[in-house]
Amino acid sequence: MRLPNWLHKLASPPHFYRIAGRIEPWMLWSGLAAIAVGAFGGLLLAPPDYQQGDAYRIIYFHVPAAYLAMQLYALMAIGSAIGLVWRMKLAYAISAATAPVGLAFTGLALATGMLWGKPMWGAYWSWGDARLTSVLVMFFLYLGYMLLHASLEERSTADRAAGILAVVGVVNLPIIKFSVEWWSSLHQGPTISRLAAPAITWDMLWPLLVMIVGAVLFSLAVTLTRARAEVLLRERGARWVRDVVAVGA
Amino acid sequence: MTPRRRRMVAMTGGLVCLVAATALVLTAFEQNMLYFYTPTQIAAGEAPEGRRLRVGGLVEQGSVRRTPGSLEVRFDVTDLDQTITVAYAGILPDLFREGQGVVAHGLVSTDGLFEADEVLARHDENYMPPEVAEMLEERGHPPDASLR
Repeated sequence: MRLPNWLHKLASPPHFYRIAGRIEPWMLWSGLAAIAVGAFGGLLLAPPDYQQGDAYRIIYFHVPAAYLAMQLYALMAIGSAIGLVWRMKLAYAISAATAPVGLAFTGLALATGMLWGKPMWGAYWSWGDARLTSVLVMFFLYLGYMLLHASLEERSTADRAAGILAVVGVVNLPIIKFSVEWWSSLHQGPTISRLAAPAITWDMLWPLLVMIVGAVLFSLAVTLTRARAEVLLRERGARWVRDVVAVGA
Repeated sequence: MTPRRRRMVAMTGGLVCLVAATALVLTAFEQNMLYFYTPTQIAAGEAPEGRRLRVGGLVEQGSVRRTPGSLEVRFDVTDLDQTITVAYAGILPDLFREGQGVVAHGLVSTDGLFEADEVLARHDENYMPPEVAEMLEERGHPPDASLR
């Protein structure tokens, strides 16, 4: 199977560097604006919950963080898979750029979940819950990817070894998603799903959706910025990089 | 086969094997993946005997009995089919109330009493303002009756 031509064109490092540089500010600022609107709506406009009172408002950070943690893992793994099969260097660069962003969002999801768990469940953490454990496994997969990548001297070897780890870890994604449905768990089931009406009223839901959109845009902007830096570093001997650096653009 | 095709076949095959192996492991350890047992499972003898386990369900309405002057409390946990009585001494989480989902960690004693040393509240996936909850209550659909 061949990759489509437009993808090959986009994958040329100078082309990617230019396009990404043009998109990135738009994503960053619209993402930050959406996060501001969503946070305002979620923290101030949305009504308190009938049982949890104001404590439920942590979902406006917890849910987007957890969602992004998984999406970014998928992005990292797809980049690695494309790199492994098609030997596309840019795909590896994007994977390497994604890992720390995903790690940060996973850490945020774990931290906000624990802060909510103490007052609501009565415990920060409970070993034995499949959702909590599988997300912690994802945290270590991100960390393992970064450590493995950093520990190998030769960049192409590092890309391949860490890439295999990223692809293997994909098995964990469905486990995270369905853990609360396959097994009994402490963590509640999904509130928003594609198949059922959301189990949350609209005035509480819209800020959450805005926050998710904002978090997606923001995280992609950060990932693109990191990927551009990664491309410059990896192509530092190339002529186009010298031109870019000389102009200062 | 071109090298690219070979790499793709190897990776797809590897992933398929990995998924199969993971699925087998998870099925084999199904019992250990469960966070809690329901009172029905315990009544049917599906829970391991003489071992610490968790029981989950709803706190039965009107079943909470406190011993005056101590932290001792007894309540019934139900899955709307079977019921088990839980004895606990300690501070209960804020969300603990009758009709609320809870998970208790402890041992089933010989007389069928569940002696817990930890009680956690379990929240469901429903979020709504108090007015909506009251409205549902009036119409005879209490919001917190799900057990997922």
